[in-house]
Amino acid sequence: MRVTFTVNGRRQEADDVWEGESLLYVLRERMGLPGSKNACEQGECGSCTVRLDGVPVCACLVAAGQVQDREVVTVEGLADFAKERDTGAAGPGTDPGAAQRWQPRPAGPATELSPVQQAFVDAGAVQCGFCTPGLLVAADELLERNAQPTDADIREALSGNLCRCTGYEKILDAVRLAAARTGTEA
Amino acid sequence: MDFLRPATWEEALAAKAEHPTAVPIAGGTDVMVEINFDHRRPDVLLDLNRVVDLYEWEVGEETVRLGAAVPYTRVIEALGRELPGLALAARTVGSPQIRNRGSVGGNLGAASPAGDSHPPLLAAGAEVEAVSVRGTRLIPVEEFYTGVKRNALAPDELIRAVHIAKADGPQQFSKVGTRNAMVIAVCAFGLALHPATRTVRTGIGSAAPTPVRAGTAEEFLTAALEEEGLWDSGRTVPPSVARQFADLVAACASPIDDVRGSAAYRRHALRVMARRTLGWTWDEYLGNERSARCA
Repeated sequence: MRVTFTVNGRRQEADDVWEGESLLYVLRERMGLPGSKNACEQGECGSCTVRLDGVPVCACLVAAGQVQDREVVTVEGLADFAKERDTGAAGPGTDPGAAQRWQPRPAGPATELSPVQQAFVDAGAVQCGFCTPGLLVAADELLERNAQPTDADIREALSGNLCRCTGYEKILDAVRLAAARTGTEA
Repeated sequence: MDFLRPATWEEALAAKAEHPTAVPIAGGTDVMVEINFDHRRPDVLLDLNRVVDLYEWEVGEETVRLGAAVPYTRVIEALGRELPGLALAARTVGSPQIRNRGSVGGNLGAASPAGDSHPPLLAAGAEVEAVSVRGTRLIPVEEFYTGVKRNALAPDELIRAVHIAKADGPQQFSKVGTRNAMVIAVCAFGLALHPATRTVRTGIGSAAPTPVRAGTAEEFLTAALEEEGLWDSGRTVPPSVARQFADLVAACASPIDDVRGSAAYRRHALRVMARRTLGWTWDEYLGNERSARCA
């Protein structure tokens, strides 16, 4: 079947989608957006966390057909999404081609990061990096609805995202840092 | 495989009548796991995400009619006063991502003995609104669970809503697992005091082939509270009563040994949870806030 939906602000189509396929598979294998990670496929690890109509969900547990005509934001679109949210102006969304060509150390100018992404870099919250995209999406959503979260709020919001490297301390530091920076700007 | 996307409840019922083997999918937190792991290959998936009625709830005089697909997150945010036991249980479901998608209707459809909704539904008192093109019936929740992952739905029926009695007294929920988030219950227990009728009701999760009420324990405690005049005296429940209640709860379970825990551990844990939830609810009934002591 064909599934048409909005990914990172741009209308996208996927063809020949199998009816039992997950949104995660469509994003990774059909749209070339491998930022959302595929690990447990049972909603345990949160590494595939995306926003579906604004709500954080595990993309592995959403059937592809369920996203028809709906809006998905992935880690690839997080910087643009955060920028549009901050400026309040609807932007062009994220070019999927550019997202597919993304490199960690580009030759040209560095990719713009969202405040949460920058905080993860600055706090050293990334180790192997596998859980990072899901954590970024979840943390960004937390700060969107709660700009000054307590430690308990942060732990609760990230409780569905497993990290096997860091012991979480630096991840918590990163979210606190992002919140503090947002607070000083406001 | 076919993927059906009814836009309305009527269309959903017609589709289920035409395709009785269709598997309903709303949050996907159970169905998609089975598909991802190739444990299940339905001929037809019936997507209920578009049926807006299923995402609404109505607070009535005596009950809350909770739409089958209302996510746990909404239950926690909006229904903590009317359905305190269910809201407490909802907080323990999976993770934020799972609670944003999973629903009580899905828990009932899957009918896993470990579903977190079941003990509070049993303790509060609830009826499942099962609907087909043939009509609507209300199934008392204790009759809804018919076996491990089996329920009383006919092949052409869908769950429209759950009618849950509004709390008339304190309710509690307790769950044992290896961590605080993302845990399938080793076992769970729900308790509701019903001062209006001077009765108590319970629900046991994950310690029998289906979720069950601890009938003899309820009868014992209801009688003991009456005989000792405790509803009026403002006294605490005597330890001997609490102990016997806890023993009877454990005796009402029929747990098995499995990967999550042994039968003996489950009985032990039920005893502890029954005693604690009785203490918490009774404290609240007496007007004391739940103390900060360790759960």
